Amino acid sequence: MSELRELYQTVILDHNNSPRNFGNVENATGRAAGHNPLCGDQIEVSVRVVDGVVKDLRFEGSGCAISTASASIMTQAVKDKPLENAFALFERFHQLVTTSSEQAIDSEALGKLAVFGGVREFPVRVKCATLPWHTLKNALEGTSDVAKTE
Amino acid sequence: MAFNAEIARKDFPIFEEKMRGKPLVFLDSAASAQKPRAVIDAMARFYSTSYANIHRGVYELSERATGAFEGTREKARAFLNAPEAREIVFVRGTTEAINLVAATFGRTHIGADDEVLITHMEHHSNIVPWQLLCEEKGARLRVAPIDDRGALDVEAFGKLLTPRTKLAAISHVSNALGTVNPVSELVELAHAAGVPVLIDGAQAVPHQAVDVQALGCDFYAFSSHKVFGPSGVGVLWGKAEHLEAMPPYQSGGEMILTVSFEGSTWNEIPHKFEAGTPDIGGVVGLGAALDYVTGLGLDAISAHESELLAYASQALETVRGLRLIGTAPHKASVLSFVLDGIHPHDIGTILDQEGIAVRTGHHCAQPVMQRFDVPATARASLALYNTRADVDALVAGLERVRGVFAR
Repeated sequence: MSELRELYQTVILDHNNSPRNFGNVENATGRAAGHNPLCGDQIEVSVRVVDGVVKDLRFEGSGCAISTASASIMTQAVKDKPLENAFALFERFHQLVTTSSEQAIDSEALGKLAVFGGVREFPVRVKCATLPWHTLKNALEGTSDVAKTE
Repeated sequence: MAFNAEIARKDFPIFEEKMRGKPLVFLDSAASAQKPRAVIDAMARFYSTSYANIHRGVYELSERATGAFEGTREKARAFLNAPEAREIVFVRGTTEAINLVAATFGRTHIGADDEVLITHMEHHSNIVPWQLLCEEKGARLRVAPIDDRGALDVEAFGKLLTPRTKLAAISHVSNALGTVNPVSELVELAHAAGVPVLIDGAQAVPHQAVDVQALGCDFYAFSSHKVFGPSGVGVLWGKAEHLEAMPPYQSGGEMILTVSFEGSTWNEIPHKFEAGTPDIGGVVGLGAALDYVTGLGLDAISAHESELLAYASQALETVRGLRLIGTAPHKASVLSFVLDGIHPHDIGTILDQEGIAVRTGHHCAQPVMQRFDVPATARASLALYNTRADVDALVAGLERVRGVFAR
């Protein structure tokens, strides 16, 4: 029960109900699509990078609560961040959801993203949380490949 | 003796297991069914006392193994009420059976501008082999529509049968919707247009008696693992006249009569289609599974499941915001559903915490999801060992799901 509450925290449910930065960036400098065939989650992330800073990013698509909230919180965390900080957050987030719970996580550096710590207790749901990030990475790197979570 | 699911359930050791500390509520038999002790024991006994490679061995052990293997062929014949045991081809599963027919019968009979007719409710395994064949031959794949309940539009199916149609491939029971197709009627329509019919029976055989002669079809395929046998084994039944005329599928040992560097000749059916050493133990396990369901009686199983399906359909309707996907008048085993504002994947995770196993996703039937405009569904599927208690647990679990999301 407690693990379930940990997974479906109020913040996550809130972002699932009313996703932030939902839509499409006008004058996008990069965009990418992501697909998780396991559950049918589809996401598209568009970004506008100016002078090495992620000035705007938005996402569209349909997915479970975990992937929708992850995308929503990701857009807030990355907005106005320099590219290298965005990539560093990707790494930290990935670590957060894949590292075993015994290992210490620097949750301060993660800020709001730390609410996804509960995901690591649900191995089959890790891909839901990371799909938006993989897609963002592709969008930032300018690849047009469909992001997969494999 | 009347069928009693509570008693039958005790035949399945898996139900002694706890999941997440709770009794297992297994509602995913449409993906793969659990195994009764009779199957597990038969396979262990076979490996302990009778295992060797089959056919051609001159020693007693090989004779025992061959006897057990070929014995299952006869059991499969009887199970489908097929005319002859040599019409039973052992394959890896329904998918391979369909691929076999596409690669042999299909390649021979389907040419440029010809058509293959399927339905909108097919599993990917009864779509993609035909798609590839059509691409290769310049033929067309035609799709008979389904209505909003998930029932096949039989009239439209009939209209899609044209002189160009060279094969119809239809599921007996839809894995995503539970729709039971009126197979004999469809076969009659197809045959009147001179079109042979393959039936994907994967979702039918665990739930109802099948008589291929009564159905009148040309090919019938099913998988062992869905009918309580081991995975990795399946059956293709085909009319002898078709099988005899078809070229080989895979080639190698067992399927040949003579081999020389100038050329080879093919073995008799069914061996022509059984190249290489098969899953011998798996086939023996399938034999035990067929004995098991036949012993319980498929009509009795069918009656139990119909009653349970009606109970479950009613019970699920009491869950607020729940919408059943697939409400055809004639259904078997499957309850596909969506919950307002809650993604199926989240439903699956929360139910799992209660020890309840359901499947979530597109169920290898993406066109069905598109037809009903949902990205995915949650699916509870019933089998002979399920009871009202399982359904009650599901309904309680779904209330939990709603509770988690109502916070």
